Amino acid sequence: MFIAIGFMVFGGILGFLLRKKEFRNISKIITILIWLLLFILGLEVGANPQIISGLGNIGVEALIITFAAVFGSAAVALLLWKYINNRRKELHEE
Amino acid sequence: MKSSIVIVSFFVLGVLFGHFEIIQVSAVDNDISFYALCCLMFCVGLSLGNDSNTLKRFTMINPRFYLLPVATIVGTLLGCAIISFLLPGRSVMESMAVGSGFGYYSLSSIFITEYKGAELGTIALLSNILREIMALLLAPLFVKYFGKLAPISVGGATTMDTTLPIILKFSGKEFAVISVFHGFILDLSVPVLVTIFCSF
Repeated sequence: MFIAIGFMVFGGILGFLLRKKEFRNISKIITILIWLLLFILGLEVGANPQIISGLGNIGVEALIITFAAVFGSAAVALLLWKYINNRRKELHEE
Repeated sequence: MKSSIVIVSFFVLGVLFGHFEIIQVSAVDNDISFYALCCLMFCVGLSLGNDSNTLKRFTMINPRFYLLPVATIVGTLLGCAIISFLLPGRSVMESMAVGSGFGYYSLSSIFITEYKGAELGTIALLSNILREIMALLLAPLFVKYFGKLAPISVGGATTMDTTLPIILKFSGKEFAVISVFHGFILDLSVPVLVTIFCSF
């Protein structure tokens, strides 16, 4: 995990040093790499019989807990987002 | 929405290819995905460093954004605690232990299997894989209905690597620092919180 972050820091420094140069295709490359990684994640899930067979019963329970966790965190994140934006507005009005 | 569908399609295609053994997983193994991840992180870094506006935006971060990891932990645990009353076989603590994985499925499922057995461990594995998948696939929808911080919260412990590119794409590059900071804090909290909830 720290190796991957190291790559990002390295890219960041390189990008900063070469900031006069424009990298036009970089967002396309990022999109393609995201597709590739999701395809590989899919391969791993599909080839794992434990995960595929478990999707039936235990999977429902896992899905319910996940929905609760995801929407709970999204809801509190929305509260924080609104709080920050309201404070920003107040400061502008003062 | 369109980009979400494309992303889902690639994942589903992967599942089908893996399940029907069109491509052997051993042929791709973990190495390729790791190299691809490193390439991806390098490109993300390059695009961040190359954009002179990003650096300006970093200095303009509102300090309140650093409350986001707390919001994620509170929201996740609250959701898991409430939903456990609808699951007859699960205690509040077990449900919160599963939620405390925050998408970090490898570590949390190993911990939970160790403390509570394989069944809850498998639920933790599936649930946290699903969390990462939802963070990757539904980011555009979360931005639309829950604001720009929601994809980071949903991404949990994965927002400093696997889900970072998606977050930057849909919330904006100015969230890079917050996202990495958030992932770092959540990563550290996983073993601590899982152990606490499993000890009851």
